[in-house]
Amino acid sequence: MTGIGGTPIPHAPGFVANDTPRIVTARFDYEDSYTLERYEATGGYQGLRKALQQTPEEVHSEVRDATLLGRGGAGFPAGVKWGFCPPGVWPRYLVVNGDESEPGTYKDRLLMELDPHQLIEGCLIACYAVGLSQCFLYVRGEMAVAQERVAKALNDAYSAGYIGKNILDTEFSVDIILHWGAGAYVVGEETALIESLEGNRGMPRLKPPYFPAAVGLYGQPTIVNNVETLSNLPWILEHGAEAFTAIGTESSPGTRMVAVSGHVQRPGVYEIVNGTTTFRDLLYSEEMCGGIRNENQLKAFVPGGGSAPWFTPAQLDLPFEGSQIGPEGSMLGSGAIIVMDETTDIPAAALTLTKFYAHESCGKCVPCREGGPWLEQILRRIVDGLGTPRDLDLLFEVGETICPGDFPHAAVPSRGIEAVPFPYRMTTICFVGPSAFAPIHSALTLFREEFEEKVAGNKNRTMIEVAVDV
Amino acid sequence: MNFFSEENLEHAKVIIRRYPKPRSAMIPLLHLAQEQSGWISNDAMVEIAELLGTTSAEVLGTCSFYEMFKRRPVGKYVVNICTTMSCALLGAGELMEHAERRLGVKSGGTTADGMFTIEGAECQAACTEAPCLQVNYRHRYRVTPDQFDSIVDELSSTDHDVPDHGVLSQVRQHIPEDRFVGTAPPEDVTSAPVWMHEQGSDQ
Repeated sequence: MTGIGGTPIPHAPGFVANDTPRIVTARFDYEDSYTLERYEATGGYQGLRKALQQTPEEVHSEVRDATLLGRGGAGFPAGVKWGFCPPGVWPRYLVVNGDESEPGTYKDRLLMELDPHQLIEGCLIACYAVGLSQCFLYVRGEMAVAQERVAKALNDAYSAGYIGKNILDTEFSVDIILHWGAGAYVVGEETALIESLEGNRGMPRLKPPYFPAAVGLYGQPTIVNNVETLSNLPWILEHGAEAFTAIGTESSPGTRMVAVSGHVQRPGVYEIVNGTTTFRDLLYSEEMCGGIRNENQLKAFVPGGGSAPWFTPAQLDLPFEGSQIGPEGSMLGSGAIIVMDETTDIPAAALTLTKFYAHESCGKCVPCREGGPWLEQILRRIVDGLGTPRDLDLLFEVGETICPGDFPHAAVPSRGIEAVPFPYRMTTICFVGPSAFAPIHSALTLFREEFEEKVAGNKNRTMIEVAVDV
Repeated sequence: MNFFSEENLEHAKVIIRRYPKPRSAMIPLLHLAQEQSGWISNDAMVEIAELLGTTSAEVLGTCSFYEMFKRRPVGKYVVNICTTMSCALLGAGELMEHAERRLGVKSGGTTADGMFTIEGAECQAACTEAPCLQVNYRHRYRVTPDQFDSIVDELSSTDHDVPDHGVLSQVRQHIPEDRFVGTAPPEDVTSAPVWMHEQGSDQ
């Protein structure tokens, strides 16, 4: 740790302050950042006050002008999403997606534990702007401390008159109900989240309709926004869209939170400038991750959560700008970067992700329910030294049933392999199935020789032997 | 035949009132049941069905989907060791092996004294602090085998603040009656909320 700049903050596990502008993490320095007293003392609920002095349309326009891209994974502009509510259809609801569980992702939990009032203020602003008459704040089940901090913050905000009837003595009235999950990754998908909130098994809904803004909770217009997305709203209302778009690039303004884990000198959660910061800045600068551990070489990294196709050192100079990452074969997703150094056993690393998605299939779509576990089993026997050369093709064949056609991947300049752009085609309703294949596809495309080494010398099995084996 | 304690039954009714449709209270009530007894019995599901006006089969259907709901008794402390990528890259496998040796049970098992259940878990959103684990869904960061032993010792003593399995938030949401806006089934609401009217903007 010595010799690297930036300030780790003891009461914010993993968070490292650097000198980029801090929009959503500004209060993390304070040990009592999650209290109403600290929140009010540091400009809290000023964004809401400003919002309530404007018409709902004006607030909506401000957010639209800020081009606030969703921070949950899809990166869709929040202001545009809000506009998809069909006119004249009431009631409308807000569902806050705090079900953070994408492998490698660690930011929403920090925002809920360390600045719950900022999130609550964001919810209130959204409800006011779009006419959402009730808000459900869905916190992941396995986050007991986040639930406690949010519950306490809601109780305090109710007592202080920020939530409930006639907020700040205006006509604006809304309840925020704390709701929580019970352990299911797929519930992070917005239609599955709604199913879960209706008391059902958390299975994604068939699309179209694509946006719950049209048909959502109880069939009503419903806005589903991520915790980090909403946490940006108080700042945007207080400082204006122009100040927000002055940071970052035109198409990816503001900041975003990223979590870097794995083989770097200093893994951490960082707030970085959107659009311009490159992966090299993040992984190698002294004020952030400080390079790869033990001065090892970088082998590969996952750029946007476990679902994202992998990058290699050849993509280090790409910035956090979705429009540049897509053509290079991956996505920025949920801001999770997982770093692998030269010592990493690539097939084994891919297995830790494939097993995750195979396990988390909800069972609704056959290609995912069956294909995920198949991929896991085949990959596991390769990792265990029992795979055969035929298994490498078999992985692609199973993957093809989930994602027909070319699957996105990064370029490998040294071998003349060109990038295949994101996204993929899929035979499933949601991204869980393709995500089981993504790590395998990347690993096999970028590091095929490591798989070949593991299966070398093993004889292809006949169908009968395979059947007995499995 | 009543499962919920008087206090929890009252709380269950308060929770149900917060939703436009009672069934939405399903997961919160299952958590409440698990908070009361550490796991979810058939009796609990039958009573939840009655409270929500649905069938116990529907409750079982939802309950069985979610991993946190245990339909058999588990240890007083459920230790979830993360085995997903970031933790696996930094020694989660070794940590799991150590935990199994130390407690004398395999992943998924419960110690004979009913104190500990260990499980291999999926990503816990603490990836920068790998390898991590949770005890009753409260995080422990960068856990070495030695630290694992001290965690076990700590939990075996009385000197710690981890509540028993089933208790998640120790703070309950409380909405003062005079501030509660209240809710109605969506079909009973046909007009824009009042602040949208006021501004002449019910589109």
